[in-house]
Amino acid sequence: MEYLSIVFEEVYKILFLLVPVLVSVAMIVWLDRRVWAFVQKRQGPNVVGPFGLLQSLADALKYIFKEMIIPSSSNKVIFILAPIVTMTLALIAWAVIPFSATQVLADINVGILYLFAVSSLGVYGIIMGGWASNSKYPFLGAIRSAAQMVSYEVSIGVIIINVLLCVGSLNLNDIVLAQQSMWFVIPLFPMFVIFFISALAETNRPPFDLPEAEAELVAGYQTEYSGMMYAMFWLGEYANILLMCAMGAILFLGGWLSPLAFYPFTLIPGAIWLIFKILLLFFLFALVKAIVPRYRYDQLMRLGWKVFLPFSLIWVVLTASYLFYFNLLPVN
Amino acid sequence: MIAHSIFFYTFSLIAIVSAIMVTASKNTVHSVFFLILDFISISCLFIMIGAEFLGMIMLIVYVGAVAVLFLFVVMMLNVAQQKNQWFAAKDSSKHIPVGLIISTLIFVEIIIVISGWKYKPEIFDINNSLTQPSVSNTHSLGQILYTDYIHVFQISGMILLVAMIGAIVLTFRQRAGVKRQSYIKQISRERSDGVEVLEVQTNKGVRIDD
Repeated sequence: MEYLSIVFEEVYKILFLLVPVLVSVAMIVWLDRRVWAFVQKRQGPNVVGPFGLLQSLADALKYIFKEMIIPSSSNKVIFILAPIVTMTLALIAWAVIPFSATQVLADINVGILYLFAVSSLGVYGIIMGGWASNSKYPFLGAIRSAAQMVSYEVSIGVIIINVLLCVGSLNLNDIVLAQQSMWFVIPLFPMFVIFFISALAETNRPPFDLPEAEAELVAGYQTEYSGMMYAMFWLGEYANILLMCAMGAILFLGGWLSPLAFYPFTLIPGAIWLIFKILLLFFLFALVKAIVPRYRYDQLMRLGWKVFLPFSLIWVVLTASYLFYFNLLPVN
Repeated sequence: MIAHSIFFYTFSLIAIVSAIMVTASKNTVHSVFFLILDFISISCLFIMIGAEFLGMIMLIVYVGAVAVLFLFVVMMLNVAQQKNQWFAAKDSSKHIPVGLIISTLIFVEIIIVISGWKYKPEIFDINNSLTQPSVSNTHSLGQILYTDYIHVFQISGMILLVAMIGAIVLTFRQRAGVKRQSYIKQISRERSDGVEVLEVQTNKGVRIDD
């Protein structure tokens, strides 16, 4: 009985985290399309519900009632597994995101490494989908995307090292608390910019959406998918984007810390601040999608390996020597 | 404790079954996916014994990078066909003795390590003295790696770097006649280089391509 109650408590906590995440993913899709439309002087989805807020719900309903087509020449098990893997990986990463000093599902010692590991596993959903479709456009899209994600992970890893040098811990709550006097976006501003661009590439957002470049590859690895499986890819992708925004907010924008640390503002719970910061970053993501044209593939690779990697490595040396010289290294 | 052992046996069962399936499955891409499953369950086992840093690094390095390259190679080259030819050939029994020798060697090594644990119980004590509950796994690992074993650590890093440079040098070839783009050239192009305004005389025209 004791075990049962523990299990029930955990399940309750997980549901309390995942249901809001899924709902906000649906809302964020609406926001994305709306911002995109406003930049282009259109209206965007504004028919279903107030301001079109229920558009994503309508889309989801449509996807559920569509037929799931599995190509006869595909590798069926892996074909079905791919969207499941994508969505699961996008959701399990939320376990370590701290919404306040105590509101975190799993307060583990290596939180940032866990986030990094899960986001690096995300490439498998895409490779599996592309390969199992047994069709040339999905396969080309999957190969492009795998190379792209592996390349940009390297620079994200080096950027994380920069932040960790200033914190001295891999725990996400410690990273947030280390920013009480100053958010890391101020001393590490160039790293924040590179993190933002790498996050765009890591989540296959425009201008780096080459895996699904519709002009050349139909829809990349999603070409053969339909119905609920397509919707799961789509949900997983947006959950990943939100996760990257959350990572940026925690690493550079002070996580759940209030930007105004005096009386009336300290009453606002940390979760609200974190959500506000995530939304701010997502708004930037949506703006970039609307205003920047797509990169060419060789330019994308050049940017990742020849510009971002050396620059962030040099910045690691700079940060480390600054901290060492002024005796600011966080040694306990 | 019961939950702990349930998780342990689940993960180790998955690890062993997927390790067998790596060699047993007909489709090479399937074997790579089983290998990934094996890596993941082993990193779960690492996390269960309290080595969370090693487990995460295993996930990031092996699953996130090495296995992706494996998949690339297996998908791009037609390994499945080659493998089938290899096993269908009559002289396939030639590889069996080599494989047997290697697997016996690995088995003997594991036996030595495990018997070392059994007959030298103080090894456990040394390990326990290093891991105090207040110091996290990552800290204690870093403290050992960057103080006592710094030279070994740096040498292994140098070996990796040399291997990387060697691989690049071996595969690098410069082909003649490839058109390359120079970013500096493209950016520094002026209007006067590209556009010229000409007075065109009636009934004479202009030559453009010279």
